[in-house]
Formats: sequence, C-alpha cells, structure tokens
Amino acid sequence: MSDNHHSTDALIIGAGPVGLFAVFELGLLDIKAHLIDILDYPGGQCAELYPEKPIYDIPAIPICTGQELTDKLMAQIEPFGPTFHLGQMAESLVRTDEGKWRVTTDTGTVIEATVIIIAAGGGSFVPKKPPLQGLEEYEGSSVFYSVRKMEQFRGKNVLIAGGGDSALDWTVNLHPLVDKMALVHRRDDFRAAPDTVNKMRALVEGGDMALHIAQLKELKGANGQLEAVTVKGPDGEYDIECDTLLAFYGLTMKLGPVADFGINLDKNLIPVDTEKFETDVPGIFAIGDINWYPGKLKLILSGFHEAALMSQQAFRYVYPEKRLRFQYTTSSSDLQEKLGVS
Amino acid sequence: MKIFVTDRDGKEHEIAGIDGWQIMELIRDEGLPIKAECGGSCACATCHVYVDEAWVNKLEEKGEEEIDMLDLAFDVEANSRLSCQLTMKPEYDGLKVTLAPE
Repeated sequence: MSDNHHSTDALIIGAGPVGLFAVFELGLLDIKAHLIDILDYPGGQCAELYPEKPIYDIPAIPICTGQELTDKLMAQIEPFGPTFHLGQMAESLVRTDEGKWRVTTDTGTVIEATVIIIAAGGGSFVPKKPPLQGLEEYEGSSVFYSVRKMEQFRGKNVLIAGGGDSALDWTVNLHPLVDKMALVHRRDDFRAAPDTVNKMRALVEGGDMALHIAQLKELKGANGQLEAVTVKGPDGEYDIECDTLLAFYGLTMKLGPVADFGINLDKNLIPVDTEKFETDVPGIFAIGDINWYPGKLKLILSGFHEAALMSQQAFRYVYPEKRLRFQYTTSSSDLQEKLGVS
Repeated sequence: MKIFVTDRDGKEHEIAGIDGWQIMELIRDEGLPIKAECGGSCACATCHVYVDEAWVNKLEEKGEEEIDMLDLAFDVEANSRLSCQLTMKPEYDGLKVTLAPE
C-alpha cells in the first residue's frame, strides 16, 4: 500500500477514549485497527477540553486527568499496534465493489476497511468562529484560524484575536515576518504562558506592535479582502486597519461530513441497537457519545462497554468463517500472547 | 423556585429551579439550545448567558477559571456568565438570563 492508501480490518473514526479502547477490544479478537482524528493528538475531548481536569468515574481508577486517561489507554492498546491518521477529518464513506468500506480524509488519505466504527463523540473539533457578519467571505483569503505556513503572512498587516497560547505564540512568532502586528483581547490579562505574555508586552512597550483591549464587532473590506476590523473597547467602537485577521478562540465540536455518510441520524446522534451497537447500515457501528439508544448515558464507561459488544459483531464480518471464542485475559494464554505478557 | 430564560429568538421560558443544579443543567434539560460541550466543567464557554442587570450583583462572583474561560466566548459583557458556574439555590428564585449568541 502506498503512503496515503491503506487497507485494514477496522477503521475507527475518532481517537477519543472510546475509540482508543475499541482498539483493545478489537485487538483481542485479532482485528487490526486504524484510527482517524481531526486533532493532532489522540484523546479527543479528554485531551482537548479537559487534559488537566480530574475524572472520578472510570471503574477502578479513583482519579485521573483527561490526559492521564488518554496516556493509559495509549499504553493499553500499544500491543495491538494501531495506525493513527491524525490531523485529518473523515470526509467521505463509500462502499467498494469488493464489499469493503472506503473512507477518504480531507488530506487525501484513503483507507479501506471491512468494518467502520464511528466513535466521533460530539463531532470534529473545529475552530470557534467569531459571530461576525460576512465572515465566510473573508475566510481563507483574509481571515484564518490557524497558521499552516508562516511565510503566508510575510509583509502583512496582521491582527490577532485571542488571549490564550495560540494567540500569544503566533503574535510573538509571526511578529518578525509581518509588516504590522496587533493583538486584540477582551481584557488586559492573558491565559497564555507567562513567558510569551512577557515577550508580547516587551514588543508593545518597544512600540513594535499594538495591543487592543477590545472585542471584535465587524469586518470591513470588499471581495474577501479585509481592510479593517471594528472593535469595541471600554471607550466605544473603533477601527483597526489590517489585511489579515487570525482568530484564536479555541475549538468547538461540529458533526461535519459524518452527517453525509448515508447513515440514519436523529438529532445529530446515530441510533444503534444495544446488542451490537450497529447503525442501520450493516458493518458500520457507532459507539460513545455519538450514538443513541434508549437509556443512553454519555459516559466514558458506557462507551467502553459499547466497544466490547461492538467488537463481537465486527469479528463476524472480519472473520465470517471463524467461530468466536469468548476468553478472559486473566486465563487465556492466547490473549496474553497478543498482549505481549505471556 | 423558578428561573426565566430568554432564548435567541427573544422568547422567555419559565423553568422550574432545582436546588443544587447548575443553571446550565436546568436550561439544557428544558431542551433549550445551549451547547454546554464540556458537560459543565468550565472548559468550553459554550453555556454563555447574559444575566439580567437586576441580578448581576446578587450572584456568587466569577471564579478565576470562569473569567479565563470567558475569553473563549464572543460578545462578552459585564453581565456575562457561564451558566455551568451558577448553582441554583433559593436566593436565585426568579433569576433571569438570556442565552448568548452562538
């Protein structure tokens, strides 16, 4: 298989805690898994929203943080050698002539799998967009939510919005390249690393950039070319001239292309049965926060249970000729060999 | 106890208040469109509401975490709060809030 074309038994969309644990349950049944996630790192909400917040309701783990849970799950599935495709979004899902499923990501990776497991939680993490009129017109030409190539901003008159690490890091890092740099934040206090904040303040004191304590109100320009941003500060509204706006307000979850996969959806959730956690399309499963069934609870532990039962049915698709043998990791030398502990 | 929540269409909803529940939970369980993505752990700012002016000074003060997280919200005003950080109690009977734009 080429670099961006892969074939596997199971493809898991979403590398949050439930997607990660699915690798374990599938792995015990000799089902190889690939995972896709839009984030650049595994862990989903646990890693993105609350890496440092405590979780108290994982069985037998009285307390762990979102990041610790992710790290432990990564260690637990390591023996099964899952392949990760990170920083990518599953964009399309089609049935191949051979009866497999083919998923293509927004970066062009193609993965064919016997079964698909949607473990996408609340959807893909995408940048939070400021609610400004006509925003779409400027996106990609004047308004950006990330920096892929720094060179793109050379010689530009840049306004960065936000007060966290992304906003401050890019303020400091892009400063040498741009023609003019300004930062706008709603208060004169920053969540970013103190060292970076100090660097920014030194640039402001040296007259090398501007700091505005204000909030975004309006975009001004024409044909996708930004000319100024109207902001509202303590003393009222005023315009900041700029040709580029970089907005860093964190991430939010959007269901995204999964809605177009041809699977039955109900209020942005995927209905499944409670025996196999399969969708209305045979061979496509949904586990974790994204599924719905009577009595559903959006708990990580429920997602783990769903992963275990889903794997039983996935086995029947991947190994239709084999008989499923139910075994315990405690007593099965076969399973222990797979785990690398025998 | 009850609270009054104005939705994004300007319609006011009277919701029964339950002692000890987050205001976000009361709004969410009423079926009003509040994202509350992080589930009430002050980690996402998607339960942003504006508190009626008459109530601003009667509420428990914002914690540092809430102030930080409001950085991820838009159109933040002096009466902005994250509704997961307000817990229903008898003193809040009659509280009025408005859902912030998404």
